[in-house]
Amino acid sequence: MKSRHSVILVDSTSHALRIEKALEMEGIASKLIPVPRRLSSDCGVCVRIASEDAAQTRRIMEENGIRFQSIEEL
Amino acid sequence: MNASTKKKIVYLDNAATSWPKPPGVAAAMAHFLEAVGANPGRSGHRLSVEAARIIYRARESTAALFNGHDPLRVIFGLNITDAINLALHGLLKAGDHAVTTGMEHNAVMRPLHALQATGVSFTQAACAADGSLDPADIERAIRPNTKLVAVNQASNVCGTILPIREVGKTAREKGLLFMVDTAQSAGAVPIDIQDCCIDLLAFTGHKSLYGPMGTGGLVIGERVSPHEILPLRQGGTGSRSEREVQPDFLPDCYESGTANAVGIAGLLAGLDWLNEQGIEHIREEEAALCAQLIEGLMEIPGVEIYGPRDASRQTATIGWNLAGVEPSEIGLRMDEEFGIMCRVGLHCAPSAHRTIGTFPDGCVRFGIGAFNTGEEIAYAVNAVRKIAGERR
Repeated sequence: MKSRHSVILVDSTSHALRIEKALEMEGIASKLIPVPRRLSSDCGVCVRIASEDAAQTRRIMEENGIRFQSIEEL
Repeated sequence: MNASTKKKIVYLDNAATSWPKPPGVAAAMAHFLEAVGANPGRSGHRLSVEAARIIYRARESTAALFNGHDPLRVIFGLNITDAINLALHGLLKAGDHAVTTGMEHNAVMRPLHALQATGVSFTQAACAADGSLDPADIERAIRPNTKLVAVNQASNVCGTILPIREVGKTAREKGLLFMVDTAQSAGAVPIDIQDCCIDLLAFTGHKSLYGPMGTGGLVIGERVSPHEILPLRQGGTGSRSEREVQPDFLPDCYESGTANAVGIAGLLAGLDWLNEQGIEHIREEEAALCAQLIEGLMEIPGVEIYGPRDASRQTATIGWNLAGVEPSEIGLRMDEEFGIMCRVGLHCAPSAHRTIGTFPDGCVRFGIGAFNTGEEIAYAVNAVRKIAGERR
């Protein structure tokens, strides 16, 4: 089965970097990518993760009080 | 080339800006310009992300230095004056009262005076002639409409360290916000934003954090919501680009326009160096040089030293005068005859000069930094001794 990706939409690159750092500390791989146009008209970046990590990622962000908009399937 | 410019240079003007910088600072700035270069947070490509990552790491490092927990509460601005203006103009409104001290720099006093025109009032708690502050005097100056207590941690004129922990506790007990101007202290003495109950910490990057000029900012404590401080500028942030109103989240709401990313890359290298050395270690070395300088100057007849004259109660900045010789003349001779760089006159702090009794003539200031040596201090003391000797 082909691995699926999700993206975390954020307010700014600073928030994306904060998420990247928090995930790195928990051993979850992520990559900052440009926001796909169909998901948001915003410029800037979002954080791409494996969809299977989405639940754990949400928990980490909530536990650390990190602001994010939503997690979307790619 | 003028012969005097070839002479040895002893740099004792670290209270104005630290120099030299650690070698990694220029290298980091060159690396940014040559290999990164892109606009941070504006595009999704790897160079833009790398630029944003450098700034983010500088936020992390700055937050950690002050025991702050959230890197996104570190706001970078033009310099510390810009940060203090953001805090004071953004926070204080008609009817509000602020308490400050008699040892403040014009970075605090001029915005407060300007704010008077908008209906803001303020009280300066008096300080002793050595620049020291009794925290009870802050408490006595508090009124029912006081919103903010704003103090500097260390005097830029004579190094006196103010009791910010006690003042912070008083402010917190009274339900007031507490701002600290750390221009002379950040990196020179340990600061804990939690322990000292600091809500707004203004810092400069180019003094004891060993970064380049044009770096500095405001650390916003967790009790302060961005809605309480109005941004002084609006503009592009790289976020919420579909909207024509300013974003309301940190740090973007206060960081419109392209950041000084080259400078911040240098600041990050300065912070890395500071962390390698350790603030405690630098503090010990500077205090030893400060004690050597105080002791040396005190032995010279006619020299008056301002401030505590005690290296443990001040930063390594010493204000002094030689009876019968104008500070400006000493400054010129220090430069031309001895190659000693120092600052003379009024150090942008008329209140502080009134407090220590050097208004309007000012004083000579020797500002010691991490790269000064005992040999240089001895040389400077000797230079003062020569000028003093001729006078008699």
